[in-house]
Amino acid sequence: MTELTLVQAVNRGLHEAMRQDPEVLVLGEDVGVNGGVFRATEGLYKEFGADRVIDTPLSETGIIGAAIGMALYGLKPIAEIQFLDFIYPAFDQIVSELAKFRYRSGGQYPCHVVVRAPYGGGVKGGLYHSQSTEAYFAHTAGLKVAIPSTPADAKGLLLTAVHDPDPVIFLEPKRIYRAVTGEVPDGDHRVPFGQARLVREGNDVTLFAYGAMVGPAAEAAEALAAEGISAEVLDLRTLVPLDERAILASVEKTGRAVIVHEAARTCGFGAELSAVLAEKAFYSLRAPVARVTGYDTPFPYALEQAYLPNGETIAHAARTTVRAG
Amino acid sequence: MTGAIADPSGPTVESTEVADLTPERLRDAYRWMVLSRTVDERCLSLQRQGRIGFYAPLAGQEAAQVGTALALKPEDWIFPAYREVAVALVRGTPLGRVFDQMIGNAFDTSKGRQMPNHFAWRDQHYVSASSPIGTQITQAVGAAMAAQRRRDGIVTVTFFGDGATSSNDFHAGLNLAGVFQTPTVFVCQNNQWAISLPREQQTRSATLAEKGSAYGIPGVVVDGNNLRAVYTAVSEARRRAVSGGGPTLIEALVYRFGPHSTSDDPRRYRTDQQVAAAKERDPIALLRAELIESGDWDAARDAQLLERLRAEVATAFEASEAAPPVDPASLFDDVFLTPTPRLEEERREFAEREPMGGPRP
Ligand SMILES: Cc1ncc(C[n+]2csc(CCOP(=O)(O)OP(=O)(O)O)c2C)c(N)n1
Ligand SMILES: [Mg+2]
Repeated sequence: MTELTLVQAVNRGLHEAMRQDPEVLVLGEDVGVNGGVFRATEGLYKEFGADRVIDTPLSETGIIGAAIGMALYGLKPIAEIQFLDFIYPAFDQIVSELAKFRYRSGGQYPCHVVVRAPYGGGVKGGLYHSQSTEAYFAHTAGLKVAIPSTPADAKGLLLTAVHDPDPVIFLEPKRIYRAVTGEVPDGDHRVPFGQARLVREGNDVTLFAYGAMVGPAAEAAEALAAEGISAEVLDLRTLVPLDERAILASVEKTGRAVIVHEAARTCGFGAELSAVLAEKAFYSLRAPVARVTGYDTPFPYALEQAYLPNGETIAHAARTTVRAG
Repeated sequence: MTGAIADPSGPTVESTEVADLTPERLRDAYRWMVLSRTVDERCLSLQRQGRIGFYAPLAGQEAAQVGTALALKPEDWIFPAYREVAVALVRGTPLGRVFDQMIGNAFDTSKGRQMPNHFAWRDQHYVSASSPIGTQITQAVGAAMAAQRRRDGIVTVTFFGDGATSSNDFHAGLNLAGVFQTPTVFVCQNNQWAISLPREQQTRSATLAEKGSAYGIPGVVVDGNNLRAVYTAVSEARRRAVSGGGPTLIEALVYRFGPHSTSDDPRRYRTDQQVAAAKERDPIALLRAELIESGDWDAARDAQLLERLRAEVATAFEASEAAPPVDPASLFDDVFLTPTPRLEEERREFAEREPMGGPRP
C-alpha cells in the first residue's frame, strides 16, 4: 500500500500497465516530455521512451483514429485527451468507429483502446475545461465508461480498463486529482467493472454519485446523520456496465433515492438511473426520485459554484425526499 | 526582411514591398506594443496573487498582433483565439473592459461566462473566442462568404497558432476559403510551441505558410518580430481580399517568451537559454531601436511612456476589481432568447435554494 493522490494513482496505474505488457503504449498531446498537463503521464517518457509514449500533433481525431489503427493491428493503446471538453474533434472516430468496430465486423475487429480524459468542474475552468459529458458516451452502444472517485479506484479501474478487450472511456475527476489522497495497493491492483462501491451504509435514503460528486454526497450524508437521517452513499464507479443489483438492493432497503451528478440535468446519466428505478424498484419507492445536478445551461465561469451540486444542496434534496414519504 | 510569398503555383517569391508607415503611426504601434506588454506582465502577477483566475501571455507576439490589427479597418471581423489581447486593445477596447472580462464582474459584456482572454465585443466585430483549438478558422470563412454575398468589401481575419494547423478546422477552413475565394486573412502566429510540443514535431512541412498551396491559397512567411513586415503582409493580403483576389495564409514567425498559460511550467520542455536567445529579437526592442535611430524617440520619452502606461493599467484594474460581481440569477440568461419551461423551473428552484446559503458563488 502507498498513500497517493488520485492523479498519482493514475500515474502508477499507467506505469504498472506499461511494465506488464510491452504492447501497451500511451499517446496524446503533451504526454511525453512534459508528462501531461496534469502530470498524469509523468515519468513514462523517461522509463519507456518515445516509442511507447508518443507526443502527438494537436489533433484529437488523429489521436483516436491512430489508437484505433494500432489496436486493430494488435497493440493496446491508451489515448489521452487533454480535457474531456476537447474530445469532440474525435467524436466521429469514437462514436462511429471505436464503438462499432467489433459489432460491425461480427467480432473480427475488436478495439482494445482506453481513452483517458480529465473531466468536470470546480477548477475555475469555464465552459471548456469543466464539462461532464459522460452521458454522450454511456449513450453510445459499444463503449464502457469508468469514473473513479478515489486513488485506489483510479488505479484499479484503470488497470481493468487496460486489460478490457473493448473500448473504455476513462474519465478522471480533475477537481480531486490532488484534493484526495488514499491508500493504493501496489502492483497489479484491479477493480472489476460493474461493481458499485458502498461508501456509507444507511437506511433512510440512498445517495447515488460518481467521480467528483462522491465527496459532496458523503459530506451530505454526514450532515444528515447529525439530523437523524441515515443516508446510504453508493459510488457507481462504472456507468457502463452498471451495477443494477447494488442500485436496486439499496433502494429496496432505503425506499428513497437522490441522484447526484455535475452534468446538466436533461438526459444526464441520472435520467437513466431514474428510469431503472422506475422500471425495477417502483414498488420499493416511498418518495419521488430526486436529482441534484448541474443546470441546463452551459458551464459558467464566474458562477461555477452556483452551478455545481454541493454537500448542502444534496442534503437539502435528501431531506425533502425523506419528508415526502 | 519583409517575408517571402509562396506562390500557390510553385516558386517562392520575395516580397520587397514595405508599407509606408509615418513616424507617427510607428510611434502609435510602439505604444500599443508597450501597452500590451504592460498588461501582460501585470496579468501574470495578478494571477499569481489570485486576483484573476488564469492568463495566457502574448509576450513576443506584440508586433504580429499590433501589426495585423493596425492594417485592418474597423468594419473587418476578427475571429480570435485566446492570446489576442493586443488585437483587442488596438481595436479600441478600453482597458477596463478587458479587465472586467478577466474578472468576470457585473460589467463584463460576456456576463462572467468565460475564462480570462476569451473575449467577445460585438461593437468591435471581435467575435467570441472559445478554447477548443481551431474552431474559429472555418467560422471566419463562413463570415467571409456572407460578406461576399452582400458585397460588403470587408475581410475576416482569423488568428490561430502553429498547433492549430493540425486541427480539423484548419484543413476545412482553408479548403473552403480556396474553393470560394473568400476575403479571409488567416494569421497563423507561429510561436514555435503548442504547449510543450515544438513546431518541428507539429508538422513535417518546412513552413506552415506552404500549407496554403495545397488549397490554392497564397502563403506568406513573415518576420513576426518586425512590425513593418507584418503590417505590410496583412495590408497586402487585405487589399487582395477586398479586390476579389481571395484568401491569404500568413505565417508570422514569433516566439512565445512566457509560459503557455499560467498553468504551464515551460522549464519542463525548454531551456532558459533557448528563451533568452529568442528574446534577442524582442519585437518591442527592435521597434524601439528603430524609432530611436530615426530620431523619433529617446530613452526619456520611453521611460515616461512606460510609467504612464503602468499607472493606467493599475488604475483600470483596480476599478474593475471594485465592480460588483455578476448576479447569480443571471446563470440562466442567454441559454436561449426565451428560456424553456425547464430552465424557468431551474431558475425558480435556484432562487429557493439561495436562502440556504448553499449555492452562493
Ligand atoms: C481541440 C483542443 N485540443 C487541445 C486543447 C488544449 N490546448 C490548449 S492550447 C494548446 C496548444 C495550442 O498551440 P497553438 O495552436 O500553437 O497556439 P498557442 O497556444 O501557441 O498560441 C492545446 C493543446 C484545446 N484547447 N483544444
Ligand atoms: Mg503555438
